[in-house]
Amino acid sequence: MTGPVLARAAALIVLTAAVALFPLAAGTYPVKLLQEILIWGIFAMSLDLLMGFAGMVSFGHSAFFGIGAYTAALLLPKFPGLLAALVAPAVAAGLGALVIGFFSIRVSGVYFIMLTLAFSQMFYAVAFQNAFLGAEDGLVGIPRPAVLGMSIGSTGAFHAYLLVIAIVCALFLWRVVRSPFGHVLRGIHENEARMQAVGYPVNRYKLAAFVIAGMLAGVAGSLYTQFVGSISPSAFLWTTSGEALLMVIIGGTGTLFGGILGAGAFILLQSLVSSYTERWMLILGLTFVLLVLFAPGGIVGALRGRVGLRA
Amino acid sequence: MTESILALEGLTRRFGALSAVNGVSLSVAARERRAIIGPNGAGKTTLFNLITGQLVPSAGAIVFGGAPMAGLAPHAIARRGLSRSFQRNNLFPRLTVVENLRLAAAGDGRGSWNLLGSVARLRAPLERARETAAAVGLAERLDAAAGQLSYGEQRQLEVGVALATRPRLLLLDEPTAGMSPEETLRMTRMLERLPREVTLLIIEHDMDVVASLADRVTVLHYGEVLTEGSFAEVKADPRVYEVYLGSA
Repeated sequence: MTGPVLARAAALIVLTAAVALFPLAAGTYPVKLLQEILIWGIFAMSLDLLMGFAGMVSFGHSAFFGIGAYTAALLLPKFPGLLAALVAPAVAAGLGALVIGFFSIRVSGVYFIMLTLAFSQMFYAVAFQNAFLGAEDGLVGIPRPAVLGMSIGSTGAFHAYLLVIAIVCALFLWRVVRSPFGHVLRGIHENEARMQAVGYPVNRYKLAAFVIAGMLAGVAGSLYTQFVGSISPSAFLWTTSGEALLMVIIGGTGTLFGGILGAGAFILLQSLVSSYTERWMLILGLTFVLLVLFAPGGIVGALRGRVGLRA
Repeated sequence: MTESILALEGLTRRFGALSAVNGVSLSVAARERRAIIGPNGAGKTTLFNLITGQLVPSAGAIVFGGAPMAGLAPHAIARRGLSRSFQRNNLFPRLTVVENLRLAAAGDGRGSWNLLGSVARLRAPLERARETAAAVGLAERLDAAAGQLSYGEQRQLEVGVALATRPRLLLLDEPTAGMSPEETLRMTRMLERLPREVTLLIIEHDMDVVASLADRVTVLHYGEVLTEGSFAEVKADPRVYEVYLGSA
């Protein structure tokens, strides 16, 4: 291993340890912020698999976040276990991604953005109008699952649970983007037509990436439901997709772990600025503009000491 | 003549009222090196696009290795052993030379569904990539990003990406386009060294390249086959002379 690799690994371990031990040192509010960051970090990383690696900018990622969230909200009151908390939401979101992806990946660029956006808004309309899904109020009073027979009701226990899942998701995605499959995605991002010309059925790989990203987004949605204890149709709203998109860009598109950093920056800024002024969106917008202008590689790009995407 | 690897029968592609390729029939023998020449707009690239599935024929048949190919998707055609290079560099600019070639070498799909394994463990494609890099003269440039290569090197890689897929039939669309005389010579030598197992179909404007490379030459004009024969025969044909002078 080379020096930079070791340094990066050490930094990751220190950071993970700090996140793990944070509840011992901090009050409830900061811990909850950190938990929110972990959840959105998973969501943003799943979107980065599409955006940064496969080159598919989706504006409908909220659909899978919402499907996961509602699946958990419907199942957890009856089956408070990991099956309802993680497996079912991932499967349901994956199925949703299979259907939406089947239609959406046929087009690219702006058309792909618009199609994914339209699909997610359809889910919003369904959730908003369906009494079974609590209509506009959504579903409330969602319990957290029991893990290995233990309650994760307390903030500390939930923190550990979240951290483990976030690490598993991050490691999984890290393997995927370095796998032969991940390299096919990068090839598609670079030059889809040439990938076809050398023998890759490009749409199948794109659909697979879409489904994988959708499944992890579903997990994030379910975790969010467990975190808040309720879910409303606004989870499906395009703003959910938009925020994840901003997090990916702030963190650094195509860097994977940048998604977590972007989620951190976004949520911290939001909570910090909104405690001073109601115009926090304005401040956030300005920050975003400055960031894109001066650090187009996002936080990770800036940390690497160079701008632009990784080659 | 030996068995034909590629046979086109009445291949036609219309764009509105224009027939860019109009009833082209030709047969390429296995191991043959065939050049396709003709003035600009003769339909040469369109013909390639039809053969490799980028365009769907309006009429006619394409038989490759005894099996009909017309209407298949480009990736399916590539997997049957027919690959092509492009007139304009069509690479993976931010990937390295070896990654460009490895992706092409793994285009048969073996292992590319592996989600969790390591790329480095896909030995066969990597070896094929190195071997191809050597064949196209890029062995020293394996870790350079394709986008950072000189134009001439990019042309070499362009041929390399097509070659890395282990094609039985390789279609080269003006491999020397835009090259300096030295680069053109180097490319010609490189193509001459390709194993005879790879049948070549090459679009080329440079008559020196055609003369030194091609066993036979097909002349296209307004989407139709004007004539076909050895380079000497074609060169002596007054119609060919006329076509070129008429368009120049």
